[in-house]
Amino acid sequence: MIEERPLYIPEQNIVLEHNHEIDPEQLDDYFKIDGFAALNHVLTEMTPPEVIDQLSRSGLRGRGGAGYPTGLKWQTVAKAQGSPKYVICNGDEGDPGAFMDRNVMEAYPFKVLEGMTIAAYAIGASQGFIYVRAEYPLAVQRLKNAIRQMEKHNYLGKNIAGTPFSFDIDVRLGAGAFVCGEETALIASIEGRRGNPRPRPPYPAEHGLFGCPTLINNVETFANVAPILRNGAEWFASIGTEKSKGTKVFALSGRIARAGLIEVPMGTTLREIVFEIGGGIPDGKAYKAVQTGGPSGGCIPSDYLDVPVDYESLLNLGSFMGSGGMIVMDETSCMVDVARYFMEFCMSESCGKCVPCRVGTAQMYQLLTKIVHGDATLNDLALLETLCDMVRTTSLCGLGQGAPNPVMSTLRYFRDEYIAHIVEKRCPAGVCPVHKHVQQEVSA
Amino acid sequence: MQPISTKPTPPSDDKRWRIVTATMRRHGFRPDALIETLHSVQEAFGYVDDEAMRFVARGLQLPPSRVYGAATFYNYFMLKPQGEHTCVVCLGTACYIKGAAEVLEQLQLLTGVKPGETTPDKKVSLLSARCMGACGLAPVVVLDGEVNGMASPEALTAKVEEWTHHD
Ligand SMILES: Cc1cc2nc3c(=O)[nH]c(=O)nc-3n(C[C@H](O)[C@H](O)[C@H](O)COP(=O)(O)O)c2cc1C
Ligand code: SF4
Ligand code: FES
Repeated sequence: MIEERPLYIPEQNIVLEHNHEIDPEQLDDYFKIDGFAALNHVLTEMTPPEVIDQLSRSGLRGRGGAGYPTGLKWQTVAKAQGSPKYVICNGDEGDPGAFMDRNVMEAYPFKVLEGMTIAAYAIGASQGFIYVRAEYPLAVQRLKNAIRQMEKHNYLGKNIAGTPFSFDIDVRLGAGAFVCGEETALIASIEGRRGNPRPRPPYPAEHGLFGCPTLINNVETFANVAPILRNGAEWFASIGTEKSKGTKVFALSGRIARAGLIEVPMGTTLREIVFEIGGGIPDGKAYKAVQTGGPSGGCIPSDYLDVPVDYESLLNLGSFMGSGGMIVMDETSCMVDVARYFMEFCMSESCGKCVPCRVGTAQMYQLLTKIVHGDATLNDLALLETLCDMVRTTSLCGLGQGAPNPVMSTLRYFRDEYIAHIVEKRCPAGVCPVHKHVQQEVSA
Repeated sequence: MQPISTKPTPPSDDKRWRIVTATMRRHGFRPDALIETLHSVQEAFGYVDDEAMRFVARGLQLPPSRVYGAATFYNYFMLKPQGEHTCVVCLGTACYIKGAAEVLEQLQLLTGVKPGETTPDKKVSLLSARCMGACGLAPVVVLDGEVNGMASPEALTAKVEEWTHHD
């Protein structure tokens, strides 16, 4: 396994720590970066409502995609009737091109587990699960090791740090189904079932694992918890933009000079990220777009490079924060081909439970295939747009609802590329097999 | 967490079944141990076949259809034995943008099989994956569990030819 070194860390690093002397397999080393200071403080000096209040005032929002306020989620689970309650950490990290959570779990396993333990105290849970992709064996090994050491030092188990609070954490392995990152599917998977999402409400906060109230947060969300409780809500809220607080870890990859992980304050512009931190586009090529938000996200063209990156601005641009993958594309990428790539992804990862997603993604994929082969008409394009709307509004879970997004976003900013394929039978980037079609009858 | 004392009888006296039984026991033979148990089968045997599924169904007291349903839903579980060597090509976005499709095409030509298939001599299984979490090194190919970044066609060819022509 490869160790990823953070590419760039700002003054205010919260999630990634620039300290290579820390051995992620040694609990003693975690003390060097104030490990368990927050947990000790919380257990001995704060009530659960006080912890939730700190989280709410910090402005922390979920790092797993949608940016739901973390404090509010904790409060809902704390208030929910029923016991036992569960805490789940979502380490499924399914978006292709995203590797932030892998790094956080491998490099700072104790920090994620400390965040989960604080959450358990705040909501009144006694059992936690961390669900990790099976493709991340090193993360699994380090988490299991960290759990064992925490149990030995009484940071997990019965009467933690001599208080009445008890909490256990188990690791659960994913098994290569993208849809299992969706919270209700993930819960089904922990229960030993097929990972089919179910309609919400009821939300997991009320009806989650084994029918009990369940808190589910992303890896990076949990990694922010201990620093917030150590340094205070005001400190955290002073970083970032008005509605998006703190920092965000992004995984930069694709056509970029320096690929890697970065942690930047919310509100940093794409230009700073791509050109200053990432060193721009290599080989003298021109920037075309950056793709964020994975298969539910979109492509952002150069006109918007100066927009500060936060949850709202990305949504306004027709994209999505997602978990933090940023894939940079240059003039050698065809946007129709990229849209087709993501549709193929959604089509094969669709769990098949609901018709709009199962059938709709396949139809949209066929239409996009026609377009890249130069076989489509403008009517096909109109049909594609209608389907986008239908699948987005009628699918059951976020996978189907988000599947049309890469198409809609590329149509919004790169419509001319679609038109070139359809009308001129030409791929401006020279990627698609349209030319061949004009000269001779070649099937795909 | 109440362990059931009557443990299911394994299909054979192959010692590896003990690992599988141990996983089920650790989870008190509860139905929610299904995915963990399938992982344990795959780790011990390399794949999950019908016989293993029937054993797991008995052990966790689940209908065989439910075990089969889960084993086929999750892509990670292999239902057939794999070749001596495995070659996994990442087709995640970052790798795609950096030419993973060409890398895959090259490997298909070299091995003569498509993703998900094994060469007739059982030497090499070709597989594809959705992001290995090593996107900074795109395009990524995993050869026998070892991550190879910036996969160059020449180096891959050399490796695969070594596998197919020797030993
Ligand atoms: C198809 C799909 C895939 C998802 N994949 C992930 C994932 O890999 N990791 C993650 O943390 N959240 C993922 N989510 C979001 C989760 O459903 C959930 O909202 C999130 O884990 C909540 O954590 P947060 O509030 O801390 O962001 C996914 C959602 C959908 C619809
Ligand atoms: S939208 Fe797609 S992935 Fe989600 S439940 Fe429906 S078929 Fe399954
Ligand atoms: S896209 Fe290939 S490793 Fe992430």
